[in-house]
Amino acid sequence: MVMQINATQPFVDQFDDVQSRLPGAKLPWLEAFRKAGIEKFSKIGVPTIKTEAWKYTRLPNIDCKEFRSANLEDGQVAVNAVAKFLPDALNQVRLVYVNGIIRPDLSNLINLPDGVSFEPLTQALKNDPEFIESQLSTEELKYDQGFSALNAAMMESGTVFRVAKGVQVKEPIEIVYMNGGTDEPIIRHPHNVFVLEAGSQATLVKRHAGIATGAYFNNAVTEIVVGDGAILKHYTVQTDCVEAIHLSTVNVRVGKDATYETFNVAIGGRLSRTETRVRLEGRGAHCNLSGAYMMRGREHCDNTTIVDHLVPDTTAREVFKGVLDDEARGVFQGKLIVHKDAQRTNGHQLSRALLLSDRAEMDAKPELEIYADDVKCSHGATTGQIDENALFYLRSRGVPEALARNLLIQSFIAEALEEISDENVREAIASLVVHWLPAQCFVADEWVQA
Amino acid sequence: MLEIKNLHATVGGKEILKGINLTVNAGEVHAIMGPNGSGKSTLSYVISGKDGYEVTEGQILYNGIDLTEMEPEIRAAEGVFLAFQYPVEIPGVPNVTFLKEAVNAVRRHRGEEELDAMQFVKMIKAKTEELGIAKDMLKRAVNVGFSGGEKKRNEILQMAVLNPKLAVLDETDSGLDIDALKIVSDGVNQLRSDERAILVITHYQRLLDHIVPDFVHVLAHGKIQRSGGKELALELEEKGYAQYGIAAE
Repeated sequence: MVMQINATQPFVDQFDDVQSRLPGAKLPWLEAFRKAGIEKFSKIGVPTIKTEAWKYTRLPNIDCKEFRSANLEDGQVAVNAVAKFLPDALNQVRLVYVNGIIRPDLSNLINLPDGVSFEPLTQALKNDPEFIESQLSTEELKYDQGFSALNAAMMESGTVFRVAKGVQVKEPIEIVYMNGGTDEPIIRHPHNVFVLEAGSQATLVKRHAGIATGAYFNNAVTEIVVGDGAILKHYTVQTDCVEAIHLSTVNVRVGKDATYETFNVAIGGRLSRTETRVRLEGRGAHCNLSGAYMMRGREHCDNTTIVDHLVPDTTAREVFKGVLDDEARGVFQGKLIVHKDAQRTNGHQLSRALLLSDRAEMDAKPELEIYADDVKCSHGATTGQIDENALFYLRSRGVPEALARNLLIQSFIAEALEEISDENVREAIASLVVHWLPAQCFVADEWVQA
Repeated sequence: MLEIKNLHATVGGKEILKGINLTVNAGEVHAIMGPNGSGKSTLSYVISGKDGYEVTEGQILYNGIDLTEMEPEIRAAEGVFLAFQYPVEIPGVPNVTFLKEAVNAVRRHRGEEELDAMQFVKMIKAKTEELGIAKDMLKRAVNVGFSGGEKKRNEILQMAVLNPKLAVLDETDSGLDIDALKIVSDGVNQLRSDERAILVITHYQRLLDHIVPDFVHVLAHGKIQRSGGKELALELEEKGYAQYGIAAE
């Protein structure tokens, strides 16, 4: 699992190959942006075991040549239906991509609310290039990780979601990225731009799913701006297939009295890593970065968060819980940085992992960097096993051992799901959790309401 | 119903039970009294099948079938119930979900139809009213944040819905004040019946003022030292366990 020394160059060669065919190739500012990206990437390279932020997540010994760029045909892989997630009664507004290519036949924009623009990046580059430019130009120099710089150079898909000032969207809107089923493994670099203007509200569900078995590589970057007083609930549901590599970098700026709530559920994937960086820029800004992961086999899941408290009176809350079976590995790295002026910061961070096997492994690294003197910050990280006393208690009431274990796993995760404030999404994720559980026995699929 | 023959059991390699003989018939209430460390809780765990409690010799016959090789959940489904001295807290599992899983697991084992959510809620509400248990105890996570009395009442509620043939109450009085003790005892007394046998394990006589036993056994040094009627409990209260070679605490 040691990274090859020459791993960087093939990606650069790939950029040279496809550069002229990338979307927006005629836009000079985008060309410059891409060039800055590839230069940065060439300099930083793919992470190695010496890259501190990737200390616990080593990329499998990948050869870039294994992953070719996608073409239009890859978007026509047969997909019978998009797996259902949210209840039918909701609006069902969604964009569906197959191997990065928009699929109008699977998408639905009929009920798109007024004041919301929601379209593929490729389309936005044609319709409103000035807006994309205004969002991208600010980020030219900030990527300090190899793969996010590579995304800047290679971005060829993704979604632009924009909610106008004061518009409040009640029902969740979905983006579904389905990958796989191609003749050879492909790599995608989706770049998402989500902007909530002042006082607006929306709930966005981003799903990543495998179409068939087989490898693919997803290298996503998402840029988010939550304007003053706005509320964005951003949920990511990652059910990639067992050979998939899924890297995701999410950069968020949160304005005055605004809230960014995100929950990242990861079930499956050979390697998945989500790095969320939040800048709390306005007084009263709040973020909740939470997640749940369930891994088995040799799957690997990394949740890395960095929160910058830049001004007074900002709050951050993080709750991550995971279940690791077989030889699966989990990583949590959480950093809270309280800047000098950020008085009365309130930060809370918790990572808890449940190991179902002696060979599973969890690495947790919570970090606090505090430069202000009036702050309230706490963090905790625990790793444990199924509570034998609780197991016996359930069994002594007639509950078979396998079901009792499932109940305890389910309840362990359920605690993290409480961080999800959208009820429909919470319930949909809860049922994904049930489907992950070892299936050799009856499973409690309904929490009874008294 | 329950016939324990020459039962020896070890915990962590140490022999705790050293040849217990005990017969309990349907409709009877037996009390097992003994000082700390006499093997009372070990006996209750061995009957219910907790891991780490190894039977090295002897038998536990339950309606003629040996329990010792049976998984705890099968014992429970067959009608053996243990009310825990320290009921376990299970965060994240609503009490009502736990009860429904338990009831339906037992019903499946017995070849009965499972109860759906509506049927179950109807049944559980009737039981809570019968036992005078507050409904909010159903919504809360299993035993989490319950007072000592609530935990023990929850045990009695579980016993009521699972309808066991043999109930073992392990130190049910511990951690209870007089009022809670009375409520819990009333619950147990409601569940006394001709078809059910109850084994009450206790250190103190006071519980037996409320749950009056038919027989009392003194357990010390891993063996039953003496058996008698309910008056034996009173004698113990007066003279203590010293006569069985145990120093007063």
